[in-house]
Amino acid sequence: MWTWFHRLASPPSFYRFADRLAPWLLLLALLLLAAGSYAGLFIAPADYLQGDVFRVIYVHVPAAALSLFIYVLMSVAAAIALIWRMKLAECAIAAAAPIGASFTALALVTGMLWGKPAWGAYWVWDARLTAELVLLFLYLGVIGLNQAYADARTAARACAWLALVGVVNVPIVHYSVQWWNSLHQGSTILSLQGVMNPKISPDMLWPLLLTLSGFFLFFFAVWLRRLQNEVLLRERRARWVQELIPS
Amino acid sequence: MKSLLSAMWAVFARELRLALRRPAEAAQPLVFYCVLALLFPLGLAAQDAALREVAPAIVWVCALLAALLGIERLFRGDVDDGTLELWLLAATPLALLVAAKLAAQWLLIALPLLIAAPIIALALNLDAGAARVLLASLLLGTPVLIFSGGFAAALTVGAPRAGLLIPILVLPLMCPALIFGAGAVRAAQTGLSVQGPLYFLAALLLIAVTLLPIATAGALRNAVD
Repeated sequence: MWTWFHRLASPPSFYRFADRLAPWLLLLALLLLAAGSYAGLFIAPADYLQGDVFRVIYVHVPAAALSLFIYVLMSVAAAIALIWRMKLAECAIAAAAPIGASFTALALVTGMLWGKPAWGAYWVWDARLTAELVLLFLYLGVIGLNQAYADARTAARACAWLALVGVVNVPIVHYSVQWWNSLHQGSTILSLQGVMNPKISPDMLWPLLLTLSGFFLFFFAVWLRRLQNEVLLRERRARWVQELIPS
Repeated sequence: MKSLLSAMWAVFARELRLALRRPAEAAQPLVFYCVLALLFPLGLAAQDAALREVAPAIVWVCALLAALLGIERLFRGDVDDGTLELWLLAATPLALLVAAKLAAQWLLIALPLLIAAPIIALALNLDAGAARVLLASLLLGTPVLIFSGGFAAALTVGAPRAGLLIPILVLPLMCPALIFGAGAVRAAQTGLSVQGPLYFLAALLLIAVTLLPIATAGALRNAVD
């Protein structure tokens, strides 16, 4: 098991591993997303209060969950990159940041589109929304910093420091709905209580679980592909890359 | 222990001496702060009641901008003349030297702002009670601004064209200080308890002063290696 992990950390074997895994993840993700979207749009009943507007949760909740998850993943990769100086972890930060920024932006935009009919305003300066906006700026900072350096390894470690410091924001986003009297509703499914005793009707829940897992698999597929590109770019002088891609 | 303190003191004193050799440059943040804060009443209508309501935000945003003013150049000189390399070689942990430098920066940048703040508060029609809370919030909050600015400066010191990045990098770090700092003054104005936001600021201060120098030192080491 450990030797397998060790081998996976070397760029060539990771590249081959990702090459085999990514297509299947993407296929599964697209199937789940298609099924989840169909179920969410046509099968799930309309909300008795909000009507069809509530259906935006099938995009909003997965995007918001991923925006936090990707940041945590990035900071774990950052710690690994700083402590063990592992090349693959450095690539992982650079590969994850743009995806995380896109999901954060998606969560914000879908939230705004829902907020207009539900709250009567596209934007309110509430703890959850503000903290999520700050998260977007953290992602943009990592992306910008990564491009500011000529040397890829220096850039990656600067990003790693930023990602580590920024991780304090993640619990603030997650618990903001409990700590402050937020207009945003509390967590419905991402808690143990929510799993034992769901606060959402089952025929609305299962399409959400479908899109949620679809989004996560989609992220992993895209992340692996971006990681592959990142590895190729950094190892472009290495023998195995030149054998793989004869220029 | 004694050599630790004397090394930190040396860095601290050097920082002050360097700044005092160029008094005009050292006065820049203060002048910037005062001019910026006094432009707001000119933009609003004369004797506007809204001025009093936005005054906490004005004072705090101006302090934030003044702290950002020269932050890009904070470590550049030390990198260019080789000081930083000596710091890296020194027996004293880099984080402590960085903390000493940032403490000196706080004295140079933020202390004049604190002294000017009551006058600014008067100009913006803040009452005495709110002005006292404003001072307390600035006292607790400005080190957070300086230390997070130092972290951003350390991240970008190896990348000459990253100056424009600094606002994006520091915004997430400075946001909480701004929210609770201006929040405390607003609470004082409306007669609410100011303890909550001030305690939050104090917590931020402790985190910034203890943990950020370590991250700053790591980023500096990375930029020079």
